[in-house]
Amino acid sequence: MDQDTKIEIRDLNVFAGKTQILKNVNIEIPKNKITVILGPSGCGKTTLLKCLNRLTDLYPELKVSGRIMIDDNNILEAKEDIYKLRQQMGLLSQRPYPLPMTIYNNIAYALKLRGIRNRRETHKLVMHYLQQANLWDEIRTRLREPASRLSIGQQQRLCLARGLAVNPEIILADEPTSALDPISSQFIEETFGRLRNDYTIVLVTHVLRQAKRIADNVVFMYLGEVIEQGSVEEVFGNPKMEKTKLYLGGTFN
Amino acid sequence: MTRAQKIEEKFFKLLMIIATYFILAILAIIIYSIFEKGLKSISWEMLTQVPHGGYYYGKGGGILNAILGSLSLAFGATVLAFIIGMPVALYLNVFLIRHKRVVSVIRFLLDLVWGIPSIVYGAFGFSLMIFFGLQTSLLAGILTVTLFILPIMIRSMDEILCTVPIGLQEAAYSLGSNKSEIAFKIFTRQSFSGIITAVLLSFGRGIGDAAAVLFTAGYTDHLPNGLLEPVATLPLSIFFQLSSPVPEVQNRAYASALVLTLIILIVSLFSRGLGKRYHKTKINF
Repeated sequence: MDQDTKIEIRDLNVFAGKTQILKNVNIEIPKNKITVILGPSGCGKTTLLKCLNRLTDLYPELKVSGRIMIDDNNILEAKEDIYKLRQQMGLLSQRPYPLPMTIYNNIAYALKLRGIRNRRETHKLVMHYLQQANLWDEIRTRLREPASRLSIGQQQRLCLARGLAVNPEIILADEPTSALDPISSQFIEETFGRLRNDYTIVLVTHVLRQAKRIADNVVFMYLGEVIEQGSVEEVFGNPKMEKTKLYLGGTFN
Repeated sequence: MTRAQKIEEKFFKLLMIIATYFILAILAIIIYSIFEKGLKSISWEMLTQVPHGGYYYGKGGGILNAILGSLSLAFGATVLAFIIGMPVALYLNVFLIRHKRVVSVIRFLLDLVWGIPSIVYGAFGFSLMIFFGLQTSLLAGILTVTLFILPIMIRSMDEILCTVPIGLQEAAYSLGSNKSEIAFKIFTRQSFSGIITAVLLSFGRGIGDAAAVLFTAGYTDHLPNGLLEPVATLPLSIFFQLSSPVPEVQNRAYASALVLTLIILIVSLFSRGLGKRYHKTKINF
């Protein structure tokens, strides 16, 4: 595996019953860059993301085969410490799901899973991660309120802070701004921009402009297949495949 | 809307209104008759004393034996059923997430035993008692009622736990939570008010049942006196008083029914309040 590659996906196939969701997917995801997985709805982007942290385990109907190497470790075979493995990755889903606890405890819960129980340290880190997610100034006086009372945009940033709190190396984001207003979306994108040098970020989106704005690398998928992948300049500036050209031109979806 | 659609809409609306008011009317009549007949005979003496000799022929005394007996029996059974039922419901929803077929078989079986009449539980409890050499007692009553309300407890919790969104589970798993953390920290908090409702429902069924306790808890005019002694229960007390030929004693049966209704009312208001308060602050622990 290449030094600069963080995640290497080889011959990944996913079946749901008889339907094939992912077809022979091969992707290389570079370290500490933003890789955008682009494609129309229903092309398997979300399933691909769920394979990366083995959330596919929650869906008995999904059959996954192939290899996903993260730092020379095939995570599809990792049997015992799946929980530890998931902590290497922070997840940001389409809709924010704050845990049913206070704002403070949402972060503290993640810290506890990481093994931090010391009160003073917890306190310091809660503040640190909320600042990182651009949320601290808005909610510093509301830490003991239930997280469900925050606005959707704030909840999404809370989820980002919570994801960072487990100290991951990778951030997986599944259309994280699709439910948000423009201002909150901008907050999230800005945060990603600041994090790009320290984390390997995999962002799923169907929004072309978003991809163009923040991507280092682009993977274009269509109907479960990888059509084209490369740097953002290559894929957007000089697409090689017909389908990519059509999608970028806005001809389909 | 066409004419036919309009008529159809009106017809079904009318049907629903009639059905709703019909049910409300029946409920009102039941409550009215309990209050009307019960309030006449209810007295401080009745609430604070055990039956004196000849109580069932119109002499003095009260039903304190049955009130305390029912409360301790239903409380014991509810606690026991909760201790057994909660882990089962969590197990079905968290640990068996990859085994949907097994879960649906278990659900089907639970629904099946939910439908078994309580007298069958009573008979079963009775045969167990004989097997273990146990006499009619509070303990035997608690065990039988526990068996009787367990399916109710498990299935009503299960229905609530089912509604925990998969996205929330994914979020919690992605932080590295293991299954027991998901079960006890996420599912229980997310479903707290529903769990209270399930407990209340089971308590209501437990305290109101006569057939399951008939052979197992027995009946006595004394106050509950330890797990191995028989206890009186309100439903049986109502039954014995209603069977009396003396009209005055029959009215006392309604007074006892009133007490039973009020107990259930108080418990449900209390737990409603608890659920609501919890909902307002939405888990601040």
